[in-house]
Amino acid sequence: MRQMIIIGSGPAGYTAAIYAARAELEPLLIASSVEAGGELMNTTEVENFPGFPEGIMGPDLMDKFRLQAERFGTEVVYDDVTEVDLTGDVKRVTLGSGEVHEALSVVVATGSAYRKLGLPDEDRLSGYGVSWCATCDGAFFRKRVVAVVGGGDSAMEEATFLTRFADKVYIIHRRDSLRASKIMQQRAFDNPKIEFLWNSEVAAISGETAVESVTLRDTITGEERELELTGLFIAVGNDPRVHLFHGQIDLTLEGTLAVEGRSSRTNLPGVFAAGDVIDPTYRQAITAAASGTVAALDAEHYLASLPEALLAPAKGSVEEGSAPVAGSTVDADGELVNLP
Amino acid sequence: MSNLKQVTDATFEQDVLNSDKPVLVDFWAEWCAPCRAVGPVLEKIAEENGDKIEIVKLNVDDNPETAAKYHITSIPAMKVYRGGEVVKSVIGAKPKPALESELAAFLA
Repeated sequence: MRQMIIIGSGPAGYTAAIYAARAELEPLLIASSVEAGGELMNTTEVENFPGFPEGIMGPDLMDKFRLQAERFGTEVVYDDVTEVDLTGDVKRVTLGSGEVHEALSVVVATGSAYRKLGLPDEDRLSGYGVSWCATCDGAFFRKRVVAVVGGGDSAMEEATFLTRFADKVYIIHRRDSLRASKIMQQRAFDNPKIEFLWNSEVAAISGETAVESVTLRDTITGEERELELTGLFIAVGNDPRVHLFHGQIDLTLEGTLAVEGRSSRTNLPGVFAAGDVIDPTYRQAITAAASGTVAALDAEHYLASLPEALLAPAKGSVEEGSAPVAGSTVDADGELVNLP
Repeated sequence: MSNLKQVTDATFEQDVLNSDKPVLVDFWAEWCAPCRAVGPVLEKIAEENGDKIEIVKLNVDDNPETAAKYHITSIPAMKVYRGGEVVKSVIGAKPKPALESELAAFLA
């Protein structure tokens, strides 16, 4: 058994791992099989993470997070969690491979998933013009007309990135002002290939085998019109990834995992949450990282408060030659055995 | 680097379209993070099902002709060819169990 399992490999998960590993908790971090590194893996230049005045590519930043966590003894597993049992003193986490890992504490840092528009043809045309990842798919739209839906930083970044390839990039936004940071807004405003379509929402996506056009609806007048394009990039926000924890960890009204005050403590003792999965508001790499620190410190505090009998097997299985507790010893399986 | 066979615009017909066995083509690129993520999953599936399906890779930057011919607009795109025709398309990186269930008809 372990002292700590961390679920998630974005800034929150890896920062929790760095702190926990330096506290010699030898955490196991479940990184996911195909989404390891989290959301920053699909971004290009990260310009607002302190310590990188020249900017750094998202995947490179996540590689550094991982190396720093591993340097202090974090074990990283590239698999997906399929089931959790977090209610008891000993937490059980089942992986896609069928492997079950046990630990005394769990940090949940599962982040969030792209939100869909919820239109009938969205799924059918996904991969055929509908995309959530400009860095993955932008290059296929050379000299084409595309649109980005959304008004936040991600929408501005995607649109600006897409101008490298596309002839024309529309930004479709429901309101008449943007949520994005000023610098990202300005970059989009200054780009001659970008045109804003204000107070507009996508009412339908059309195309037989690939996207051919979208129906735009004016959010004020309700008037509809067709816009011809071949690519539609959706950047309308994210939803916290909480499905694994339904019925175990309490949620907030916003759908994030509920934590106590400024801590990372969930309703379950020994279960802590960090990053986008608890944050409906800020959702930045740096705030997620900070929240990972809080979770590691809270978990460390919790583990220190546990009775020695519960801790011994967890420690005994990983620390060679550690002195047994007086009057007891640890057998080969790491089980606490009372001496006669 | 992957140990899966790389096919090109020049070899596509012979290696994929004329193959007796179903062939899954993984359309990918260096700069695509989800492509790098799904690579090892495909290698594992290939290793376990080598007798039923062949899995090959096509770099879309180096082989734009084939990528355009099959209307690739999103990668990773995994297409299964049988008798020269596309019989299954999977878009996006998916965990091994999810990919296996999508490909179940070709792995049985």
